[in-house]
Amino acid sequence: MANMVRRHTTSARLWRAGLYTLLIVAALVYLLPLVVMLLTSLKPLDDIRAGGLLSLPSTISFEAWSKAWSSACTGMRCDGMSGYFLNSIAIVVPAVAISSFVGALNGYVLTKWRFRGANLCFALLLFGCFVPFQVVLMPMARTLGWLGLASSTSGLVLVHVVYGIAFTTLFFRNYYVSIPDEMIAAAKLDGAGFWRIFWRILLPVSGPIITVTVIWQFTQIWNDFLFGVSFAGFDSQPVTVALNNMVNTSTGVKEYNVDMAAAMIAALPTLVVYVLAGKYFVRGLTAGSVKG
Amino acid sequence: MPSNVSAPATGERRHRRSLAGHIERVLPRLVVAPSLGVALFFVYGYMLWTFLLSLTNSRMLPQYDFVGFAQYARLFANERWHVAATNLVVFGGLFIVSCLVIGLLLAVFLDQRIRQEGALRTVYLYPMALSLIVTGVVWRWLLNPGLGIQAMVRGWGFEDFTFNWLVDSDMAIYTLVIAAVWQASGFVMALFLAGLRSIDDSLFQAAALDGASLPRIYTRIVLPSLRPVVFSAVMILAHIAIKSFDLVMALTGGGPGYATDLPATFMYAHTFTRGQIGLGSASAIMMLCGVLAILVPYLYSELRGQRHG
Repeated sequence: MANMVRRHTTSARLWRAGLYTLLIVAALVYLLPLVVMLLTSLKPLDDIRAGGLLSLPSTISFEAWSKAWSSACTGMRCDGMSGYFLNSIAIVVPAVAISSFVGALNGYVLTKWRFRGANLCFALLLFGCFVPFQVVLMPMARTLGWLGLASSTSGLVLVHVVYGIAFTTLFFRNYYVSIPDEMIAAAKLDGAGFWRIFWRILLPVSGPIITVTVIWQFTQIWNDFLFGVSFAGFDSQPVTVALNNMVNTSTGVKEYNVDMAAAMIAALPTLVVYVLAGKYFVRGLTAGSVKG
Repeated sequence: MPSNVSAPATGERRHRRSLAGHIERVLPRLVVAPSLGVALFFVYGYMLWTFLLSLTNSRMLPQYDFVGFAQYARLFANERWHVAATNLVVFGGLFIVSCLVIGLLLAVFLDQRIRQEGALRTVYLYPMALSLIVTGVVWRWLLNPGLGIQAMVRGWGFEDFTFNWLVDSDMAIYTLVIAAVWQASGFVMALFLAGLRSIDDSLFQAAALDGASLPRIYTRIVLPSLRPVVFSAVMILAHIAIKSFDLVMALTGGGPGYATDLPATFMYAHTFTRGQIGLGSASAIMMLCGVLAILVPYLYSELRGQRHG
């Protein structure tokens, strides 16, 4: 778009130069925190005290990374982020798989097997995207206690599935709406039933939306802090909670390089996904937020 | 399963088919039913539950001696709640406006046939992939007066440069704004860019032929047609602002003192660490009211818009 009338005058050229400068400066500002985080994590402590934020490390050292991974203190314990990183994986994998599958089924029914009240049903589900989770914290804590899931990984999986379904249903519903009903009608005439149509017709064309949903759910659940800090026990804390504890642990010398390495470790999985599949990430963001 | 019966009689087969047909008819409802049940219990039931708790005198543990709206009266008389609510207005307002302005400018600039547009877009948007805890930890480091930006600029020779908002209780709330805008403005840029790309090119060309200048085209044609995008962006950002919890916990911890408390951190502190479940529940219900106050007009206008075509 923006089909500007191209006049190769000096003022037009100045405008272009200014435009690029502005965009590049903005990009540098956005990059600054990441660069500082990375630089700091590679510096020895002496460099941090002596040099500025952006000074280059005198020697590149991965000591802070290895300490953050295996021996830094988070609260009482001093065995690094590794265990919490694995906790996060143990929470994320089942929660993403279950919530995405349920969302696909819901989306399929709500578009291709519409029944009386389907719209109301969708509206009721959708509100789950908007509810401020503070409203559910206390009842959920009680329920998890009764179920014997308090402070457990399974409890957190349950919580993330329950509150993820609203989003996954929204994604799949909006995608399946655009798949022609004629395809389904023809399959029904051929005698295909509910499950057969789902597995043979819908799922094979669902690649993009599965990617979008999985990435969205992965990012949301990996980055979750509220549920983790409210419901996790010492042995099931996700990486975000551990990071926050580590940074707020105030015993001995504050090792900023270790803090930054820990932050990088917590950030890397979602960053990698973003770099590899940015297109789908953006689609999830816009689809997840700009209604149905 | 009935289909495992071997060599059924004809009558039986017809019966079976109608049974299968019946199952087929209710199957879709059966498939959605668990999700609906989950939503009814874990969303609507819990909302009711929290509301009931907010009417009780619960402290360390939930109990059900109802005291009417006494907790709400306490809440509104609570100095710390006033700080949290005022902070939300200040933080939310600045956060929304800054994100909109920066997002719109970046989108308009990026929309000028920029080389490497994809790379720039990737850079503007990546903070959105990070956990707010990571964002908080990084900005706490950048804003640390002794070793962060202030120290760096002083190191360049500007000895009097002062940027210590993080430890200044009047200014600390603005550090939350800075970090949150850094995180979310790229996302608003993506929304606006998608909106700009959907505007018909011919509108542009017609206006250009009529001799309209570029700024004029933008203010008269482009911005008005972006209204729906602005609307949804405001709604999303307001929603993010009301729920803001992680960032406060990681960046300021609500401090200095409780200068940067937001309703979400107020609720958490009173419910889980201060043994004031009744009061915490009342604050959670107020947050829900806040979300409804933006959601209902939004949905109303959406539905009206659909009806009018």
